[in-house]
Amino acid sequence: MQWWLPVQASTFAPQIDGIFTAILIITGLAFVVVEGGLIWFIFKYRERPGRKAFYTHGNVKAEYIWTAVPAVVMVGLGLTSNHYWNEIKGRNSVPPNAYPIKVHAKQFEWLFTYPGPDRRLGTDDDITEVRNKLHVPVGQPVVLEEESEDVIHSVFVPAFRVKQDAVPGMQIRAWFIPTLIGEYDMGCAELCGMGHYKMHAKVTVQSQADFDAWLAKAAQGDIE
Amino acid sequence: MTTVAATHDVGHGEHAPSGFWRKYIFSTDHKTIGIQFLFLSLFFLLLGGILAMQMRWQLGFPGKPMPGGGILPESMAPGGVILPEYYIQLVTMHGTFMVFFAIMPLLVGVFANFLIPLKLGAHDMAFPRINMASFWFAFAAGMVMLASLFVPEGAARAGWTMYAPLSARPDLSGAELGQKLWSVSIVLLGLSSILGSLNYITTIINNRAPGMTWFRMPLSVWSLFITAILGLLALPVLSGAAIMLLFDQTIGTHFFDPPAGGQPLLWQHLFWFFGHPEVYILILPAMGMVSDIIANGSRKPIFGYHSMVFAIIAIAFLGWIVWGHHMFMSGMNPTLGSSFMISTMVIAVPSAIKTFNWMGTMWRGNLRFHVPMMHAVAFVAMFVIGGLSGIFMAATPVDMHIHDTYFIVAHLHYVLFGGSLFALFGAITYWYPKMFGRMMSERWGKIHFWLTFVFYNLVFFPMHNLGMAGHMRRIYDPTQYDFLKPLQPLNTFISVCAFLLFASQAIFALNFIISLFRGQKAPQNPWLDNGLEWTLPNPAPHGNWAQIPSVYRGPYEFSSPEVEEDYLPQTRKLPTDREPAVLSSGAPS
Amino acid sequence: MTHATASLMRPPFPAERGVDAHNLKLGMWVFLASEVMFFTALIGSYVILRFGAPGEWAKPGVVLNIPVTAFNTFLLICSSVSMVKAFAAISDGDQKMLKVWLLVTIIGGAMFVGIQAYEYTHLIHRGFLPSGVREGSELAELVANGTLPAATMGLYGSTFYAMTGFHGFHVTCGVVAMAYLYLFRVRRGKYSQQDYRGIEAVGLYWHFVDLVWIILFTIVYLI
Repeated sequence: MQWWLPVQASTFAPQIDGIFTAILIITGLAFVVVEGGLIWFIFKYRERPGRKAFYTHGNVKAEYIWTAVPAVVMVGLGLTSNHYWNEIKGRNSVPPNAYPIKVHAKQFEWLFTYPGPDRRLGTDDDITEVRNKLHVPVGQPVVLEEESEDVIHSVFVPAFRVKQDAVPGMQIRAWFIPTLIGEYDMGCAELCGMGHYKMHAKVTVQSQADFDAWLAKAAQGDIE
Repeated sequence: MTTVAATHDVGHGEHAPSGFWRKYIFSTDHKTIGIQFLFLSLFFLLLGGILAMQMRWQLGFPGKPMPGGGILPESMAPGGVILPEYYIQLVTMHGTFMVFFAIMPLLVGVFANFLIPLKLGAHDMAFPRINMASFWFAFAAGMVMLASLFVPEGAARAGWTMYAPLSARPDLSGAELGQKLWSVSIVLLGLSSILGSLNYITTIINNRAPGMTWFRMPLSVWSLFITAILGLLALPVLSGAAIMLLFDQTIGTHFFDPPAGGQPLLWQHLFWFFGHPEVYILILPAMGMVSDIIANGSRKPIFGYHSMVFAIIAIAFLGWIVWGHHMFMSGMNPTLGSSFMISTMVIAVPSAIKTFNWMGTMWRGNLRFHVPMMHAVAFVAMFVIGGLSGIFMAATPVDMHIHDTYFIVAHLHYVLFGGSLFALFGAITYWYPKMFGRMMSERWGKIHFWLTFVFYNLVFFPMHNLGMAGHMRRIYDPTQYDFLKPLQPLNTFISVCAFLLFASQAIFALNFIISLFRGQKAPQNPWLDNGLEWTLPNPAPHGNWAQIPSVYRGPYEFSSPEVEEDYLPQTRKLPTDREPAVLSSGAPS
Repeated sequence: MTHATASLMRPPFPAERGVDAHNLKLGMWVFLASEVMFFTALIGSYVILRFGAPGEWAKPGVVLNIPVTAFNTFLLICSSVSMVKAFAAISDGDQKMLKVWLLVTIIGGAMFVGIQAYEYTHLIHRGFLPSGVREGSELAELVANGTLPAATMGLYGSTFYAMTGFHGFHVTCGVVAMAYLYLFRVRRGKYSQQDYRGIEAVGLYWHFVDLVWIILFTIVYLI
């Protein structure tokens, strides 16, 4: 049974998991304080004969403290997150030498187009319309050039912690660096119709050599 | 002359309506209208639950014939096995009915209508006939939405969020009439909401009893006031969007049609510009009523009343500038992602203030755990979980992983069910005597509370884990994915607990219905509360007061040293109290 | 406005009053706030679609008839003036001039709607639809010869009809409301110097509808 975050198969994964864990610790503390406090109050201050409640309208100093502390924490969290956000999704975040793969989303499948040996999309040596199989070389940046034919879909690879909507009428880029050789799942993360649940692609991270070999065979039409 | 003014401007002076139709069906009495909303919304709450149970059947037991599924048409569930096209209708309509026809009308349609004039010391709303129209528009909207379930191709199926172009293109969604009816229903509902808000705002600003100053209003009324302003300004945007969608669906316009230059993201911006204030509409009244109930149950004034008011206003104000946090992955400019993240982080602060103030209210109180108090404390405990889980998704990098997964489903159900619905169970129990003159059963209320509390947490807490693992939303068959197969036992567990949760609601339903006829006759002020409504008989008569009372203090003077009893009604005059500046007869005092 | 002791138009009233306005006036202002949001959604969408459009927008005056609409705009503004005169009349207790000026306003409003409706039929006849340009129509030829940009005519039609259509609907509702007041209140002498709240409320609505039109005329017809 998987209770936690998935395997970390990209450089984003440890970063994102790190923020997740930091938030978990902060919210966990808040949880303990609030729930613990509630439970304690429920027992300690329950109604008993002869007791009267303490008549007060509040305490301004206490309120300053419990306003300031959350405010500082939240702003700090925001600034930290923003740093990684810019790195991952920022306008200029895509590494210049990233290996481009086109993702054409449609009801209800993913069609990938690989650049051929020239590592450029839109040229004659492209390997086009590979159905539901995303192969990527380990250890180097890959950029997905997403487009959609019909409705909004969303590329989601949990192991990479990567998600990006594919919107008809827009060309959207999403990049990552795979770090762990293996086979992972990709699903659609935006309701796209009755076949939304079966927009399933297999993501294979391979060594450069294996990737090149696969690509060469795919160019011949031999896609496994 | 000023008594003439009193009669004309406050909308009183009519005789009590006679005849079944004028009294119960086409009533302009705010209390009757509130109760009409109550019955309408409880019906849709039940319907929303039934739709959810079918979803949970498919998720827990994928591909298996559902017990009782034989009554569904072959095109939706042949042999009782739910089809994908039916599944996404269930998803869509569960969300639609719950948000628009259950929670929103329960909080606003019921309690704004019922409580505002009573708690302010008014005879009725400022515009009683517009109030009646508001209910009938909501009823019409509900009937249209209900009808959409039964049209041949079936109901809308693009999620309650109705993203275009899926929602605009029947060739891509598989539904035409169902989608159009959804749009029509939403436009009607928007009208209902706007007319209601208009009444609540005008009444609260201008129809308060002498001495009922702004800062003597109960937090329930403050929250309903701010909620009404949110609704007034947000629903028209949804109506506009729904109309544009309807035009795309019917007369060939291209608002959301990319080949002709339309923009799918435009729908999202419009929808969420409405949608985020909407979720504050769905929580603020609950928070307000919880404040009233916690003060009462603690026998103590609310801790930091003024901050509580400013926190409500801050939440509402900030709620207008966070909508993009629903769109971090949408393809919008990433810089917007940064700005929306900051505003979203900031909006956590006023909610934190409220949570600590509720705790402060309970601290050193003399806690009385009647059924409403149990629900109010559970609200605080559950809402906090929902609020804290929101922080994860506010952090944009983390949202990259958990957006559109069950982590979000967990969050929204913690705030809407653990939050709003628990508050509603408490509020309905609390004001039931005022509505119907009888008490609900305390014992069955407690049993219902515990069963609901336990099963509810067993259903929704594990969804955080599903989401962390990457389990997507709105997925008909998770077993398609290797990484989700190991999680399937958890899905089944959640489903079984969901069935038990749903079954437990029968206790509430029976308690509610049976108590109407056999409940203990309610004393005038069963909870020993300070609000103006408790100075009236149960149920309150048409026009509420013959003579508008004067108000001498705020609503939370519990355990005051000035009196022996541990409560001090707002309208009770002590020897040390002065009359308010303007008396209800209109003559300056 | 004259000082009124026995007037429902101004406080003091019983109870706590939040603002110095009778309920009908306050209610109308509140309602107009929601209308602002509604038109903001439509107009905002127009702005977003136009500035994000995949090509040039049609030049002003090619599809739409600016001179006729300019006259219509003038008519609507005049009807706002006549509305003010109606309001001033009853605030002085002049029932007769209230009737006259209100009737002038109603006629002005009705003419506006009539001229708009006529314009719509003319546009449709020429081939301008909410979905864009109809094939084989007069405007289709303009698209073919490049006078009108093919890529954005769909958006142009969608936004034009949505915005002006809903505005026209609101004007019509205003005309109906004023006609109702005229027939069943004004003619029966229900308004007086002491109480003309309904006239004030409908006047506010009418001015709002006029203001929206001025904005629409500028950004849809002229720019």
